[in-house]
Amino acid sequence: MILIAMLAVPFAGALLMLLNLKNAAVIGTAISAVTLGLAVAAAAGFDYDTPRRMQLGVNVPWAATIKLRFHLGIDGISLPLILLTALLTLLCMIYALRTGPSSAAFIGLVLLLEVGMLGTFVALDLLLFFVFFEVVLIPMYFVIGIWGGPGRRAAATKFILYTLLGSGVLLVGLLLVGLKAGTLDMVTLASRHGSGLSHGVQVTAFALIALGFAVKTPMWPLHTWLPDAHTEAPTVGSVLLAGVLLKMGTYGLIRIAVPLAPEGARVWAPYLGLLGVIGLVYGALACLAQRDLKRMIAYSSVGHMGFVLLGIATLTPTGLNAALFANIAHGLITGLLFFLAGSIKDRYGTGDLDTLGGGMLTKLPRLAAILTFAAVASLGLPGLAGFWGEMLALLGAYQPGHGLPRTAFITFMAVGGLGAVLTAAYFLRLLAKITHGPVAERWQAIRLADVTTYELIAWTPLITATLVVGLWPKLLLSLTDQAVRGLLGGG
Amino acid sequence: VIAAAAIAVALPFLAAFAGMLLGRKVPASMIAVVPMAAATILTGIVALDQWSRARTVTGVLTQVPTGSVHIGLSLEIDGLAAVVAFMVCCVALAVQVYSVAYMKDDPRYSSYAAFVSLFTSAMLLVVLSGDLLVLYVGWEVMGVCSYFLIGHHWEDRANSRAAVKAFLVTRVGDVGFLFGIFVLGVGVKSFDIATVVAHAPDLPRTTLTAGTLLLLAGVAGKSAQFPLHTWLPDAMAGPTPISALIHAATMVAAGIYVVAKLYPAFEAAPTTLAVLGVIAAISMLGAALAALAQDDLKRVLAYSTISQLGYMAAGLAVGTRDGAVFHLLTHGAFKALLFLAAGCVIVATGTNLMSAMGGLRHAMPVTFVSMTIGFAALAGAPPASGFFSKDTILSQAWRAVHPKHSAGTPALPSWVAWLVFGTALFTVAVTAAYATRAWLLTFFGEQRSDHQATEASPLMRWPVVALAVPALILGFFGLGSGQLRPELGMTIVSLAVAVAGGGGVYLIWNNDPALDPARMLGPARAVFREGFYVDAVYAALIVAPVRALATGVARADETIIDAAVEGTGHGARSLGGLARRSVNGNPQAYLTGVLAGVAVIAIVAVALS
Repeated sequence: MILIAMLAVPFAGALLMLLNLKNAAVIGTAISAVTLGLAVAAAAGFDYDTPRRMQLGVNVPWAATIKLRFHLGIDGISLPLILLTALLTLLCMIYALRTGPSSAAFIGLVLLLEVGMLGTFVALDLLLFFVFFEVVLIPMYFVIGIWGGPGRRAAATKFILYTLLGSGVLLVGLLLVGLKAGTLDMVTLASRHGSGLSHGVQVTAFALIALGFAVKTPMWPLHTWLPDAHTEAPTVGSVLLAGVLLKMGTYGLIRIAVPLAPEGARVWAPYLGLLGVIGLVYGALACLAQRDLKRMIAYSSVGHMGFVLLGIATLTPTGLNAALFANIAHGLITGLLFFLAGSIKDRYGTGDLDTLGGGMLTKLPRLAAILTFAAVASLGLPGLAGFWGEMLALLGAYQPGHGLPRTAFITFMAVGGLGAVLTAAYFLRLLAKITHGPVAERWQAIRLADVTTYELIAWTPLITATLVVGLWPKLLLSLTDQAVRGLLGGG
Repeated sequence: VIAAAAIAVALPFLAAFAGMLLGRKVPASMIAVVPMAAATILTGIVALDQWSRARTVTGVLTQVPTGSVHIGLSLEIDGLAAVVAFMVCCVALAVQVYSVAYMKDDPRYSSYAAFVSLFTSAMLLVVLSGDLLVLYVGWEVMGVCSYFLIGHHWEDRANSRAAVKAFLVTRVGDVGFLFGIFVLGVGVKSFDIATVVAHAPDLPRTTLTAGTLLLLAGVAGKSAQFPLHTWLPDAMAGPTPISALIHAATMVAAGIYVVAKLYPAFEAAPTTLAVLGVIAAISMLGAALAALAQDDLKRVLAYSTISQLGYMAAGLAVGTRDGAVFHLLTHGAFKALLFLAAGCVIVATGTNLMSAMGGLRHAMPVTFVSMTIGFAALAGAPPASGFFSKDTILSQAWRAVHPKHSAGTPALPSWVAWLVFGTALFTVAVTAAYATRAWLLTFFGEQRSDHQATEASPLMRWPVVALAVPALILGFFGLGSGQLRPELGMTIVSLAVAVAGGGGVYLIWNNDPALDPARMLGPARAVFREGFYVDAVYAALIVAPVRALATGVARADETIIDAAVEGTGHGARSLGGLARRSVNGNPQAYLTGVLAGVAVIAIVAVALS
C-alpha cells in the first residue's frame, strides 16, 4: 500500500496544481517531501535479508480482458532508484523555490513527472510499466518546450519524437513477449528465465526492447536528442533528465530485456558492449571539444552511460551490479553537475566556457569548490560514488558471462580504460579552463553572489550521498548483488 | 595493533575533513599538525611492535560483494608495511610543521593543510591495506591530492597545467595498474594481498607476466619511471613542502612499495623483472644527466628523484627487495631534507634559480650543514645513509651479472643484468657530479644577486635539522643485516667512481667559480636540460592527435549522426507533404479519385474472374 501512496501523493499534488494556487512552489516542495518520506518509509519497511524478493507488493486485476494487472513491488534493484528519484525531485523543488520557475503549471508537471518516474521503477506488469514509462514524456516535453532556453522548441520536438519512436519499438517488443508467453507479469516472466519463448522470439524481442531502451539511455549512435534537450532544458529539467530519466532506459534493460529474453541477450550482448564502449570514448572525445558547459555535461552522460551499457552487456552479476551502481552514482553526481551548471549560467548569463574565462575559484570560491568536487567525483575518483560502477563494469568485462566472446570483451575493457583517462582529461580541462587562472577582465567589476542557502540545501544531500556511497559501497552492492543473481538465474 | 594502524589511517583523513569544513573557525595549523603527530606516534608503536616480534597481522572490517571476487575492507601489517608507514608519518609530520611557517601568509592554507592530511592518509592506506582494490583507492586518492597540491597556486595557468599533467600521466599508468589487479585478483580468485602473494606464483606464466606487467604501468606512473616520468619535473610548480611530501614519502614511494609488497609475484615473472630493469636503467641515467643541466634547484632535485627511484627499481629487478626498501627509506629521509632545505634557500633568496644564488654558506649555516648532509647522502658519500643503501643495490646488481656464482638472484637475461649494473655504476658518477654542482652553485662562490639572505624561521629550520639526523645515520641500521652490509670491493669501486664524478665537477668549477660547470656539456646541455625532449615528443604524438580527434568527433556528431536524425525528420515531413498533395480540399478531385478507384477495382475483378 505504501507504494500506491507514494504514487498517489504526487499525483494528487499535480491535480491540485490545476487550481493554479499562489504558493505553488512551497506546496510542491511539501508534497515532494511527503513523497520522499513515503519512499524512506518503504525503505524502512524493506526486508534487507531478502533483497532479491519483491516486497511491499500490490497485485490486483486492472483490465481483466487483456490480463492487465496493477502489480507493484520493489526489490534491491528498484529501492535505490526510488530513493534517488524522490530525493532529486525534492531537491529540484527546493531549488525552484528560489530560482524558479515556480508557477503552478511547472510544479504540477514536475509532480506528474515524479509519478511517472516512480511508477516506472515499481511497476511489475509489462503494460503498466509502459504506461508509466510514457507518462514521463509529456511533462518533460512541456518543461523543455515552455521553460527552456532559446532553442527550446526544436529541442523539445526532437526529444519527444525520438523517444516516442523508441517507445513504439519498445511496445512491440513487450507485446511480443507478452503474447508469446501468455502473461504480462514481469515477476513470472523473469522467474521463467526465457523458457517457453523460442530462440527466434527471444532474439527479436530483445532487439526490439533493447532498441527502445537504448534511445532513452541513450546509447551511441541514438544519443543526439540528449545534448539538445539538456542544453535547452531549465535546470530542474536537466537534473531530472540526467538524474532519473536516463536511468529508466538502463533499468528497463536490466529488469526486462535481460531476464525475459536471456537467449536474445546472449546474441546481442557483444553488440551492446561494443556500442557501449564506442559511446564511452566518443562521449569523452566530444566533451574534450565542447565549448558550452551544459552541452559538455550532457555528452559526459553519453560516456557514463557507456560504462553502464558495458556492465549490462557482460551479463554477469558483477556487470549488472556495476550498471546499477553507476546508475545511482551518475544520478547523484550528474544531477549535482547540472545544478551547478544552472547556477553558473544564472549568475554569468552564459555557459560558454571561453566567455566564462577563468578564476572562478577567486570570484565564487564556494561554487567553484563544489564544482571541483562534482567533477572529480564524475571522473571516477575512488572513494567517491563514481568509481565503483566504472571499476566493476571493467571487472565484469574481464570475465564476461558464459557463451560471450571473451577476447572481444577484454578489448572493450581496455578501450573502456582509455575512456576513463579521457574522462579525467575533459573534466580537468573544464576545471582548468573556468576555475583556475586569473578572473577574466569582463567579470572583474561585476559582483556575483556565491552559493545561496537554498542552493546549499539542495546540494548538500547530493554531496553527502556521493561521499557515503563512495566510502561505503557495500550499502548499494549488498542490496543489488542478491537481486541481480536472481535475475540472471544464478545462486 | 590493528586498531592503532586503523586509527593512524583515519586520523589524517578526519583531519582533512575537519580542515575543509572548519578551516576558518579553528586554527588550521592545529587541525593539521596534532592528528599527524598522533598518527606518527601510533605508527611508531606499530613499527616497534613489528620490530620486537615480526609477524603478519590482519584485520578485516567487512567483505563487500561485487558479484564475483569480493573486496575486503582490511588492513594487513607486516614489517615492511610498519616501517614504511612510520617513515611516511615522520616525513608528513615534518612537512606539516614546516608548512605552518612556509605557508603562513597563504589565504588558502587551511585547504592546503587538509589536502596534505588527505594525501598522507591515502598513502597510509596504500601501505597498510590488506586488499588490492582498497590499495587502489588510496593509490588514486593520492593522485588527486597531488593534483590539488601541485595546482595550489592555480592563479598561474602554468601551475594549473602542471597539476593536470601530473594527474593525467599517472592515471594512464593507473588504468594499467587496475587491470593488473584484475588479472591477478581474478586469477587467484581473491583481491586479498596475502592470498595474491601466496598463490600468484602458481598462476600460468602468461597470466602472471601480463598481470605484473600491467601493475608495472601503474608503478612507472606513480614512481615517475620512464616513459611515464614526465609529470614529475613539472610538479615542481607546487609549494616546496609538497615537493618534499610527494618526492620523499608519498606518491613516488608508493610504486616501489607495491612491487616490494607483491615481490613474490614479480620474482616468478622474470620477463617483468627484465622490463623493470630496463626501465630502471633508462630512468636512472637519463634523469641524472637531465639533473646535471638544470638551473632550477628544485628541478635538479626532481630529476634526482627519478634517478634515485630508478635505483630502487633496479634493486627490485636484480633481486634485492630489502636493498630497494632500504634505499626507499634513506631516500625518504634525505630527499625530504633536501627539499625542505631548498625551500629555506628559496624563501631566503626569492628565487629557484641557482644562477642567482651562490655564497649562501655564511648567511645560512644551519641550512648549509643540513643540505650538505643531504647532498652527501644523495651522492652516496660515506657515512651518510645513501652510501649504504646504494651499495647494497650495486652489489646485488653485480651478483646478478654472475647468477651462477650467487644464489637468490632472479634469472635475468645477462644483457639486462649488465645494463643495470653498468648504468647504475655510471650513474653514481653522474649523481656525484650533479650533487656537487648544485652544492657548489648554491652555497659557494660569490653571491650572484642582491638578496639579503638570512636563516629561515625556527618552525622551518627544526624539521630540516630533525630530518638531517636520519639522513646521516640511517645507513648504520643496515649493518645488522647481512644482506644490507656494504661489500668492500664494491665500496672501493663505487667510491672511486663517485669521486671521479664529483671531483671532476669541482675542478671545472674551481677553474672559474663564477661560471656554471654545466657549460662543459656543450651542445648536449640543451638536450639534457629539456629532459631529452620527451615532452615535445608526447605533445606531438599523443596530445595533438587526441585534440584533433576530439574536434573531429564533435563536428561529426553534428554533421553526420545528428544530421542523419534530423534528415529522417525532414524526410518524414516531405513525405508527409507529398501525401498531403492529394488532400487538397477539392471535392472534384476526391470524386475523381473515388471513381478511378472503382474503375480499377472493376477492371481487376473482371480480369481475375
